[in-house]
Amino acid sequence: MNKKIEIKNLTVNYGTKDVIHKLNLDIYQNEVLAIIGPANSGKSSLLRSLNRMMDFHPTAKVSGDIKLDGESIYIDEDSTFLRRRIGMVSPLPVGLPMSIRENVTYAPRMAGCKDQKELDFIMEDCLKKAALWDEVKDRLDGLATKLSGGQQQRLTIARALSHHPEVLCLDEFSIAIDPVTTMKIEAVLHELKKNMTIVMVTNVINQAKRLGDRTAMMLHGSILDLDDNEKLFNGVVKDQRTKEYIEGLFG
Amino acid sequence: MFKPSNHLLNKEIKEKKFKNLLSSITFFLFLPALIIIFWLFVKGHSALSWDFLLMDPIEGMTAGGIFPTIIGTFWLVVISVLVACPMGVIAAIYLSEYAKDNKLTRIIRLAILNLAGVPSIVHALFGLGAFVLFMKMGTSILAASLTLAVMNLPVIITSTLESLKAVPHSYREASWNVGASKLQTIRYIVLPNSLPGILTGVVFSVGRSAGETAAILFTGVAFYLPFLPKSVFDQCMALSMHLFTISTQVVGVPDAFPYATALVLILLILSVNSIAVVLRSYFRMKRKW
Repeated sequence: MNKKIEIKNLTVNYGTKDVIHKLNLDIYQNEVLAIIGPANSGKSSLLRSLNRMMDFHPTAKVSGDIKLDGESIYIDEDSTFLRRRIGMVSPLPVGLPMSIRENVTYAPRMAGCKDQKELDFIMEDCLKKAALWDEVKDRLDGLATKLSGGQQQRLTIARALSHHPEVLCLDEFSIAIDPVTTMKIEAVLHELKKNMTIVMVTNVINQAKRLGDRTAMMLHGSILDLDDNEKLFNGVVKDQRTKEYIEGLFG
Repeated sequence: MFKPSNHLLNKEIKEKKFKNLLSSITFFLFLPALIIIFWLFVKGHSALSWDFLLMDPIEGMTAGGIFPTIIGTFWLVVISVLVACPMGVIAAIYLSEYAKDNKLTRIIRLAILNLAGVPSIVHALFGLGAFVLFMKMGTSILAASLTLAVMNLPVIITSTLESLKAVPHSYREASWNVGASKLQTIRYIVLPNSLPGILTGVVFSVGRSAGETAAILFTGVAFYLPFLPKSVFDQCMALSMHLFTISTQVVGVPDAFPYATALVLILLILSVNSIAVVLRSYFRMKRKW
């Protein structure tokens, strides 16, 4: 399989303590990699390193290298192009203070797309993929901030899809979404996998089990265990703590 | 059935007392403003007329009107805002969005805060040294306006910084996340949502400059001028200065004149400030979060 992302010796710290310590990880093309682990184990920091959001953190220091399609993501001083290739869904829903239409077309507009037809197409397509279209199709010009938390979360997913990313990073995307809608989105993610690589941080073990091709268990900034789902969830683990975490005994 | 305990009742009484205290203090703050305006009106209304507003002062400022002082104040305020507003907003954007949090920027922030507390007469001396003498502008509208601008800069920077900070950081992150550049994020996310606060700060600084006397005293304002300013390098008269002059420096001014002048000045400032209030409530209505 093709390596989409190669992470080599990644170390991240916010001033004093390393939140990620010398982490090595390969992510393959068109796979769903689930990342599980207790709070504070560096899952979100790992995701945020992938699209260089760390650049904006005043005290964060990142060392090591991350390659996307064999090319270092640090090669370019400007990171905006990288962020267009990597979609990011943060754990807290953020509807930008503008209309739903403007929210979903924000990324293509910022990339310079002015064609109204194309923008409309992208909007409908992305909202459908995020399982939000039916709920908002009559109020596309309404304020996004007036949507409920779960709807805003799906809007965030639609926005992340709107710039046709090659890699989609989801950080606990289902936190504010009801189980039925979560299932709908999971089905969509399953579909999206054909065209993109998905990295997913989740606290729901079953979600990792359902969606992931492989699952990585993180603890204290390094990867404790990483294997195919069939093995990992059937007791084939390198570290006993992974098994305990999956069974809910530890974490 | 739920019966309130003594503790709960006490709490309720305390709550009421405290609320009354707060509201009465607020009311007493409001009272002086009302009394001042009322008093000025009682004493000064007999002198108020179109002639008073539109005529030059004549007969050694003991008759006529205050037209040139209104014109002078207008130019001083407009030029100072035109200078201070863009500079202040740009500096605030830099400090809030781009500057790293290190020793230097902390010193800059501290300096700005302290600058806001410098007495206006000190600003006047600075203006005299820097603009009038060093830059050889002479005592002129330009020098006085620039002095006012320097005086208003820290106020505008501070209020703009506050309104920029009020835009949630998550909005910026969401915008960066989809590949918008820093500049685009400022242009499309940060500025539109902080505009009301920025405008309010600017308009309040207009009111401050209109009433300022000390800062323009040495730098561009004359006691009396027989002509209107023709360019920014002329001196001018100003409402605030004129009020001082006719109240203390000239004999034989009718009693009502200073009161009427003060009333005009205060109404001008009040109307500018109420524009700020209207703007703010308009934007708050349109507020999107």
